[in-house]
Amino acid sequence: MTSEHDILIVGAGPAGMAAAMQLAGLGLSPLVIDEQPMPGGQIWRASEGARPDAVRRALGPDYAQGAGRVAEFRNSGVDYLPGTRMWHLEPGFQVFMSRDGAAFSRSCRAVLLATGAQERPVPLPGWTLPGVMTVGAAQILLKTSAQIPDQPVWIAGSGPLPLLYIRQLLAVGGKVAGYLDTTPRGGAGRALPHAAAAWRGRGDLLKGLKWLRELRRAGLRWLRGVGDIRALGEERIEAVCYTTPDGQLHREPASVLLLHEGVVPSIHATLAMNCDHLWSDAQGCFVPQVDAWGMTSVEGLYLAGDGAGIAGAPAAEARGRIAALGIAQWLGHRLPEGAEPAARAALARALASRPVIDALYPPPDDDIADEAVVCRCEELTAGEIRAAARLHRGGPNQVKAYTRCGMGPCQGRQCGYSVNRLLAAEYGKSRAETGFFRIRPPLKPVRLGELAALQEGREAP
Amino acid sequence: MTNPDILIVGGGLHGLSAALHLARCGASVTVLEGEFVGRHASGASAAGVRTLGRNPLEMPLSTISMDMWHDIAELVGDDCGFHAHGQLRVAETDAQIAAETQRIARLTAAGYDNETVIGQDQLRALVPGINPKFIGAAYAARDGAADPHRTLVAFRAAALRAGVTIREGAPVTGLCRRGGLWAATMPGGTVSAPQAINAAGAWGARIAALTGENIPLSAKASMMMVTERLARTIRPVVGIIGRSLSFKQSSQGTLVLGGGIQGRYDLDSGRTFMDFHALARGAMAATELMPSVSGARITRCWSGIEGKTQDLLPVICPARAEGLFHAFGFSGHGFQLVPAAGAAIAEMVITGIVPPTLQPFAADRFSQEGAAA
Repeated sequence: MTSEHDILIVGAGPAGMAAAMQLAGLGLSPLVIDEQPMPGGQIWRASEGARPDAVRRALGPDYAQGAGRVAEFRNSGVDYLPGTRMWHLEPGFQVFMSRDGAAFSRSCRAVLLATGAQERPVPLPGWTLPGVMTVGAAQILLKTSAQIPDQPVWIAGSGPLPLLYIRQLLAVGGKVAGYLDTTPRGGAGRALPHAAAAWRGRGDLLKGLKWLRELRRAGLRWLRGVGDIRALGEERIEAVCYTTPDGQLHREPASVLLLHEGVVPSIHATLAMNCDHLWSDAQGCFVPQVDAWGMTSVEGLYLAGDGAGIAGAPAAEARGRIAALGIAQWLGHRLPEGAEPAARAALARALASRPVIDALYPPPDDDIADEAVVCRCEELTAGEIRAAARLHRGGPNQVKAYTRCGMGPCQGRQCGYSVNRLLAAEYGKSRAETGFFRIRPPLKPVRLGELAALQEGREAP
Repeated sequence: MTNPDILIVGGGLHGLSAALHLARCGASVTVLEGEFVGRHASGASAAGVRTLGRNPLEMPLSTISMDMWHDIAELVGDDCGFHAHGQLRVAETDAQIAAETQRIARLTAAGYDNETVIGQDQLRALVPGINPKFIGAAYAARDGAADPHRTLVAFRAAALRAGVTIREGAPVTGLCRRGGLWAATMPGGTVSAPQAINAAGAWGARIAALTGENIPLSAKASMMMVTERLARTIRPVVGIIGRSLSFKQSSQGTLVLGGGIQGRYDLDSGRTFMDFHALARGAMAATELMPSVSGARITRCWSGIEGKTQDLLPVICPARAEGLFHAFGFSGHGFQLVPAAGAAIAEMVITGIVPPTLQPFAADRFSQEGAAA
C-alpha cells in the first residue's frame, strides 16, 4: 500500500465508509485512515465484535445495521489503515499521521474529513470526580466490552443519547437511580413550528415517542426541568445535588453519574485549516461552512458526517456519498446518471426530523458555576476564567495566554466552548463574535519519538 | 484629546518596555498595537534569558539587562516567572570543548565573566539523564528563562500603572511628519506626537518605509514545541553546539523545545505555518540529548514572526527623519534585552544622545557595509 492516493478520507464511520464505497464504485481508489482498530465510527463502534444475544438485542436494530455496513466496506477493496491518527494537515495537501508509534506524511489532492462529533463538555461542580463520566463514554464501554456499572447510575442532561443509553442499559439488566432531565420545559411548543416540515421524518420521531413510552412503562424515575446539578465527594462521587422546578434542593447518594448535553462537530482540523465557520444557535456550536458538495471554504477540503453539523448516521452516509461525488467531479470525473439525485433525496429524508430534535433539546445556556472546573488539563475554574476576562478584557486566545486554559493535552476540546460561553456572557457579545481558540498543531498529541521517526524518513505503511 | 509626548508603534515587549521607562521619566506615551499586546514574536517567545554565546557587540547592553532580570520585580512588580537556573550549550567532542574554551577566554579578557566551561560530572549533575555522549558544556550560571505570558502581563500592567495609554487593534497604516508632529494614521483615527518610536518587530522596515527610509530587514518564524507536563528534573536551559535545539523544562513541568528551527510565515496576514519535517529534526535532537523524553507527548507547536537583520543584531537608533527612533530586528534573541533596551531607548529619546550600549545598532551600518562592498 505504498502507492499514492489522490484522495484521503479521515474517519471510517458512516460518512467515511459511505464516501469510500461511493468513490470505489466510481472506479477511484481513496485511502481511508481511522484512529480505531475497527471501522464503524462511534455509532457502530466494535459492531464486528462477538457478543451475547442479550447485549446484541439491547443495542438495538440501528446498531445491528452497522455490522452489515462494516462488512460491505471491508469487501469493497478500499485501502484502509486502522489505528492511524491524523495530527496535522497542511494546505495543498500534505497530511501528517502516526501509526504504530511512528509518524509519516502523505500528499494528496483532496481530503475528506469524516471525523464526526464530540460530546459537548458539561462543566458542573464535581464533574472531574472519579465516578462521573459522559453518557457517550459509558455507551462505548457497553458497545466494546458489554460493561455496565454494577451500582444504579444517575444520568443527567438532555438529548436523545441519554434516552437511548438508558434503554440499552435497562435491557442488559443495569439499574438507573434517576434521570435528571435538564431539558427546558415547553419542548412541544418549541417543536410545533417545525412539525409540518418534519412529516417526512416522522419515522424517527415516532421511534423516539416509542422509547419514551417504554421508559415510562419500565418505571424510570424521570425528574424534569432539573437544574444546578453538582457532584459531591472527596476521593470520588458520593452524592449528587440538584434543584427541581419547585425550587427544592435535593441531595441523594450516588456512585456513578453520567452527563450528556448533546454533541458538537469536531472542528479542530477545520479551524486549524482556517476554514470559514458559522455559529449555529440551534445546536450551540460552530459549524464549518460547506457548499452543496460538502467542500469547505478551502479548495479540495471536504467535510461529511456530523462534523458538518449534527444530523445522525443516515444523514452522515448521505453526506458521505454526496461529498464523494463532489470530489470525483472536482477531480474531473463524470458522475453516473442518477447518483446525485438519489444521494440528495436520502439526505433530505434523513434531515427532515432534525429541526424538531434541535428544538426539543436546545443547547444549555445557563450560567456555569464559578467553582466548576472548566479546563481539566490545567485545573482552572469558571471563576478564574471570569476573573481573567475582567482583568484583561481579551478574547479566547488572550485568556488562554494569561491563564494557560486550553494549553493542555486536550488542546481546548474540553474547555473551548465553555470559555466561549463565559466570555460572551462577560462581555455581552454573541457567541459567534466571541470566537474560539486559535488551534495550534498537532491536532492530536504526538510523542517526540514518533515525530523523530518522520525525520528518519521511514517508509510509510 | 491632547497629544502624547511620544507614540510607539508596536505593542511587543520592546515597545512596552520603552513605554514604561519613558513614562517613569515623566513622558506621556501612547502605544499603538495592530492586533493585541504580544501577538507576534513576544507572545511566541521561548523567553530565554541568555547571555551565553551572545554576540560581543550586544554584551554591554545584555550585561545590564541581566542585572535587571535578577531584580525584575523591582521594575515591573512581578518576577515574570524568571528563574536563574543557568543556560548550557553541550559539547560532544574535545574539539568543541577546545573551541568553547578559547571563545570564553577571549570573553574573559574583554571583561565578561558570565560563562565558564564545565566538565562531564558537573554537566550530569545539572542535567540528570543527559545522554553520556555529551562530555562537557559552556555554562552561564546566572542565565535562565522567564514565562513569556507572565512577562507580557507584567510589562503591560506596569506600563499602564505608569500612565501609558495602550491602544490595541490599531494597525498603523501611515506615519508622516506634519507641523513638528508625527501623525500615525490607523483605521478610525490619527494619533500625533512630537516623537515616535518604531518598535514594530518584523514590520519595522515597513514602518520605516512609510517615512521614506529603507532599512534591509527580513523575517523569521522560529517554531516551538511544548509537551504535556512531566516530573520536574531539569532546571537549566540546554542547547547543543552546532544544532538547532533549545531544551528546557518550564516550572509547570512541560518541556519547551525550540532553538531556531524555522517555519514559514506571511507578513501580510501575520500567520505562520509549521514545517513538521523541520520540527522532526528538533524532536530527534531532543531525544538524542535526553533519551528518556522520547515518550513525552507534544501538545502544541507554534511560531511567531520576528524581524531579522543581516548581521542578526537589532536596529536601535535615531531615524533619518527628526523625532523618530527605531527599535526592531532583534533577530530572535531580543527577549533578554527587554529591560535594558527599554531604559536605553528612553534615554536616547529624551536626551537625543545615543548611549554607548546602543552604538553598535545604528541602521546606517548596513548602507556603510553596502558602500564598502
